[in-house]
Amino acid sequence: MSECVIELRKLWTVFGTQVVHRDISLCVKRGEILSLVGGSGSGKSTMLRQMLALQRPTRGDVLVLGHSLQHGKAADLRQLRNRWGVLFQHGALFSALSVFDNVATPLRELKALDEGLIRDLVILKLEMVGIEAKHAGKMPSSLSGGMVKRIGLARALALEPELLFLDEPTAGLDPDRSESFVRLIAEIRLALGLTVVMVTHDLDTLVSLSDRVAVLADQQIVAIGTVQEIAHKAHPFITNFFQGERGKRALEAPGLPQSAADGLSMVAHAAAVTQGH
Amino acid sequence: MTTAQPMAATIETQPSAPPELRLARAANGDSTVEILGAWNLRALEPKVAAITARLAGIPPQTTWDLRGITRLDHAGAMMLWRAWGHCLAEKLALRPEHEIIFSHLTLVPAVATEPTSRDPLFFVVAAGNMLLSLHAHTTGVMRLLGGVVLSLLEILRHPSRAPWKEISANIYRTGAQALGITALVGFLIGVVLTYLTGQQLKTFGAEIFIVNLVGVAVIREMGPVLAAILIAGRSGSAMTAQLGVMRVTEEIDAMSVMGIPHTLRLVLPKMLALALVMPLIVLWTNAIAIFGGMVVAQAELGLNMRYFLSSLPEAVPVANLYLGLAKGVVFGFLIALLACHFGLRIEPNTESLGAGTTRSVVAAITVVIIVDAIFAVMFSHVGIY
Repeated sequence: MSECVIELRKLWTVFGTQVVHRDISLCVKRGEILSLVGGSGSGKSTMLRQMLALQRPTRGDVLVLGHSLQHGKAADLRQLRNRWGVLFQHGALFSALSVFDNVATPLRELKALDEGLIRDLVILKLEMVGIEAKHAGKMPSSLSGGMVKRIGLARALALEPELLFLDEPTAGLDPDRSESFVRLIAEIRLALGLTVVMVTHDLDTLVSLSDRVAVLADQQIVAIGTVQEIAHKAHPFITNFFQGERGKRALEAPGLPQSAADGLSMVAHAAAVTQGH
Repeated sequence: MTTAQPMAATIETQPSAPPELRLARAANGDSTVEILGAWNLRALEPKVAAITARLAGIPPQTTWDLRGITRLDHAGAMMLWRAWGHCLAEKLALRPEHEIIFSHLTLVPAVATEPTSRDPLFFVVAAGNMLLSLHAHTTGVMRLLGGVVLSLLEILRHPSRAPWKEISANIYRTGAQALGITALVGFLIGVVLTYLTGQQLKTFGAEIFIVNLVGVAVIREMGPVLAAILIAGRSGSAMTAQLGVMRVTEEIDAMSVMGIPHTLRLVLPKMLALALVMPLIVLWTNAIAIFGGMVVAQAELGLNMRYFLSSLPEAVPVANLYLGLAKGVVFGFLIALLACHFGLRIEPNTESLGAGTTRSVVAAITVVIIVDAIFAVMFSHVGIY
């Protein structure tokens, strides 16, 4: 069995005459949080959409959980879609449905669970992201940005996924909210043992969550490794990104997952026990 | 974060043993349930109903042995949890790493879904709400109309502030671009009307009167109403959607902040343009519909086109044309007013955008037909012998 949960093989993306990705290969390992960073228009979001089978690469192959998204069967792809969860940048909650129904939708689509079980699971997921049951009847239009993201995360987790995709998880949140959201993701990832692929611009989020960072620039992945490893690489984008005032401050700050894990010794303990299994 | 890699060994891509449930009864009457295999959503999904039924059939005071579970997630744990009555079973053997999952489940309150009692007087409430919303719409339209009148006065005082560009753009969009569809529909209606009535007139030998019939019907009624309905569906909905999107994206707020009054720059140009364009569209629709009628009159009834045209002024007094054009002005004005009113009321969400656009078109068409009926009563003695 391949160790890669997601594998990009010699990926090319060309829009008209503009080459976005030039012969990119990438392996996302089981259980890690991999962040994609890069300037605007560097093709991060395109790459994320290709991993989700929302967009086809011009050439090359994308394998998720061992299945090829390009050459796989439609039934495989449908099954695969039940094994990943996606948090979109703006939450992408269904505006016509209440909070409860938003989270219940993927469960109801299975057509296998009874309403009582669905209700308990939905309330559980909402509680896990810190949304009280009394908010379940609200409509998305009456929620704050932070709540929309939390509920988006609850919906992404509804089907007990193995893989979680986060598109700009902290964009548009105030620093306090964004810090607690980062802690929440770290916590849930530990508790559920998820593999996470994240696109972000936010340095604090990047430093505190990522196990590895892949830097997209010049149509290629110019660096990949832990934050500390790549921060000192000599590439104009990396120097700008990490060696600016904000970058330095973020790199000096203590990593968040450790402190989150301290605060949640129970979760961390459980995770540690699970390692042996 | 080195903890992540080995921990993830709990999730594997290969399906492991299917979920299983073994009930054993000891000689002294104590029973034990062994839960085995993968108890995650993916493995359980095909047999949820069967397993739920089996779990429900297990007697209380049973010892639960969960050590055989190879994989557990919240869905699997929740099924057991529900079978235990929203708490942990009394006699329970559990792997330590699964404790954490059950500890999450305590977050869920055990209360059943609250019964939503229905108000016995709900229809009174609904009727009241309908009345209130009608009142809100009426006052809203009045207020918008007031704003437009104030903008008009402002333009009269400072003609340099008149939004000429916007008016011109609206004339092009609602007028010039609507010529094709109104021509097509007008022509077909002229054809159908002439064909049907021609058949009836033929039986009485009164073919000549087709000119009167088609002329009056089209110029007085069908031309204006048809054009208004088409424009309400085409331009009214576009106006509502445009203003609605501008509300959703806060563009209207941005205009207000810059001191650009939106009634002057968005609402007034639409109303003026449509009030100006509608009579022209009516004229165009009339002409094409009558042309359609002439074509059929010649083909079916043998009525010469030249005869048709020369007897038209005789058959249809010119007052009918003026009435039709006046209707056009009023309809255009009303369609734009209602479209803007509904557009400005749209809430910042996608559902409201769709509902608002629909409501705008329905309201505009309804109002057009009501006003047309009022015209018919008011001018019943004008232009008809």
